[in-house]
Amino acid sequence: MSVTSEKNIVLHAADVIKNFGGLRALSDIDLQIEEGKTHAIIGPNGAGKSTLLNVIIGRIAPTSGAVVFDGTVLTGKAPHEINQLGISRVFQTPEIFADLSVLHNVMAPAFARRDGAFRLNMFRATAREAAIRDEAESLLNDFGMWDRRDDHSGALSRGDKRRLELCMCLIQHPRLLLLDEPTAGMSRHDTNTTIELLKKIKLRGMTKVIIEHDMHVVFSLADKISVLAQGRIIASGLPQDIKEDPRVQEAYLGGAAE
Amino acid sequence: MFHLSRKDQVKLAIFALVVVTMPIWLAPLGAAYPGLMQKFAIYAIFAIGFNILFGLTGYLSFGHAAFLGVGSYTAVWSFKLLSMDILPALLFAVLVAGLFALVIGFFSLRRTGIYFSILTLAFAQMCYSLAYSVLTPITNGETGLLLARDDPRVIDAALGAGTVGGAGLPSPALLGNSVTGYFGFYICAALLILTFYISQKIFASPFGLALRGIKSNQTRMIYTGFNIRPYMLAAFVISGMFAGLAGGLLAVTDPIAGAERMRWTESGNIVLMTILGGVGTLIGPVIGAWVIKYFENIFSAINKNMLNATFDFLPDGMQNIAVTVLSKFVGEGWHLTLGLLFVLIVVFLPGGLVEGYLKLVARLRRGRGTKPEAGGK
Repeated sequence: MSVTSEKNIVLHAADVIKNFGGLRALSDIDLQIEEGKTHAIIGPNGAGKSTLLNVIIGRIAPTSGAVVFDGTVLTGKAPHEINQLGISRVFQTPEIFADLSVLHNVMAPAFARRDGAFRLNMFRATAREAAIRDEAESLLNDFGMWDRRDDHSGALSRGDKRRLELCMCLIQHPRLLLLDEPTAGMSRHDTNTTIELLKKIKLRGMTKVIIEHDMHVVFSLADKISVLAQGRIIASGLPQDIKEDPRVQEAYLGGAAE
Repeated sequence: MFHLSRKDQVKLAIFALVVVTMPIWLAPLGAAYPGLMQKFAIYAIFAIGFNILFGLTGYLSFGHAAFLGVGSYTAVWSFKLLSMDILPALLFAVLVAGLFALVIGFFSLRRTGIYFSILTLAFAQMCYSLAYSVLTPITNGETGLLLARDDPRVIDAALGAGTVGGAGLPSPALLGNSVTGYFGFYICAALLILTFYISQKIFASPFGLALRGIKSNQTRMIYTGFNIRPYMLAAFVISGMFAGLAGGLLAVTDPIAGAERMRWTESGNIVLMTILGGVGTLIGPVIGAWVIKYFENIFSAINKNMLNATFDFLPDGMQNIAVTVLSKFVGEGWHLTLGLLFVLIVVFLPGGLVEGYLKLVARLRRGRGTKPEAGGK
């Protein structure tokens, strides 16, 4: 798990094709994610970014090709099994437990790591799960949400819901964290806070795949960038190479780059 | 394992006190006779169990009466074949109902929402038909399953113990003590308190948290690594076992089991009780069960003469009008009153009577002028 080991591939999407009816959403995707790195996937709307993420987490089955995570083929596995292997995901619209308190939102995923397959611990007290509670509280503290731990999470602002969802993923100590536009709907200030938090996670050596529109976020975080256009990866490389690649500029950045 | 939070301990203590003192506080309400109080306790157990499924996971079963009926039949068979003691009868009632819930839940839980409800309804109607006609040798069909003097009762026979009840039909007993009247009520009351405690434990456990997660956001649960199928099935089976216990107790307090206990109206009743009191709250279903049973037994007994007596102080014409109008809402018309009450509650207090109470408390605390925030959703 060391960050310095050379080119250790955690996730490999090999020759992935996805058709929706007659429409080809992904063609011949070959994507390798290196351990400990932050890999950004960018591209114009409709390029297939979300589809690719959904294929990785098992929400969508690819028409052909396979996704291999750390030696395990993910294709055909149920979403909860894929999570149990160590892949967590932040959604484009935050998926949280709106009826539960903020603290319980973070504790539930921690229980999933232990009880996900099924455990009938109906005579244990959640309040007595001290280790998990402490971890959840310290994570909420890192994210500046500790004083809101007893609030109803449905009442949080959109930005706070995103941060909460991030906490819910981080408490699982995933080996791979997938982020689908993690700063969408956040103010500039919240976006910068989130960037700092994500940088901290990076220092812990967590591998991340990030889909993002905001170039400020992408270039602040990414070690490597793949550009997706019309279902194909048209370029892949270091941030500065991508910035200068004329094909990328034509396909995506155009004049809109910040 | 027996740990409860301070708040829950207080709740449990108050609850136990309220249940045990039923004969006192129900007296002015005209409902303090053992037969009715037994029903109060039994249906509260049924409602608490139903709430573990509906309240925690949000899955609305329309077939829970099936488990009530199965519990009753099992208990009566235990009386007939094994012993008049209620311990094996209740044990088997819970286990067999749990087995039925396992099978019905396994199939019904393949669907969600309205399709789940329809599947449970279909299974319950099948059980009802089987009990009413097809399985007559086991259920004694329309007449209902009754005890007989010459039942084998192998355990009682082996122990050579004479059955309580003398020359007539034997009556259910707990370790040799005949379960009738107040003794019967206190057995039901003790089991109700135990049921409430178990429900508190489930609500406060990681298991309960997982169930509430399923209700709140299934997508997040799945992508968080929970395999929700076994969690749902466990909730369904537990809730079916509680219904089986309630059914067994119905047979204990009155040793007869009929198919009408499995009818869909009974399944509907338990839904009404839970919603009326407050879905997903600990105490709500109990209150709902009590209110509905009270209406069914007391309100339905009020007749014109009693109304005439009550409105005696009014002038003749007024008295006639008052009695004529009100008589439509009592006696046979109690369903009308209950229906109105239900509509009012669902429209104005979607969280049931418990929400109404919480709103009232909040309003009193904050004083007038400030509107309390809506609880629940």
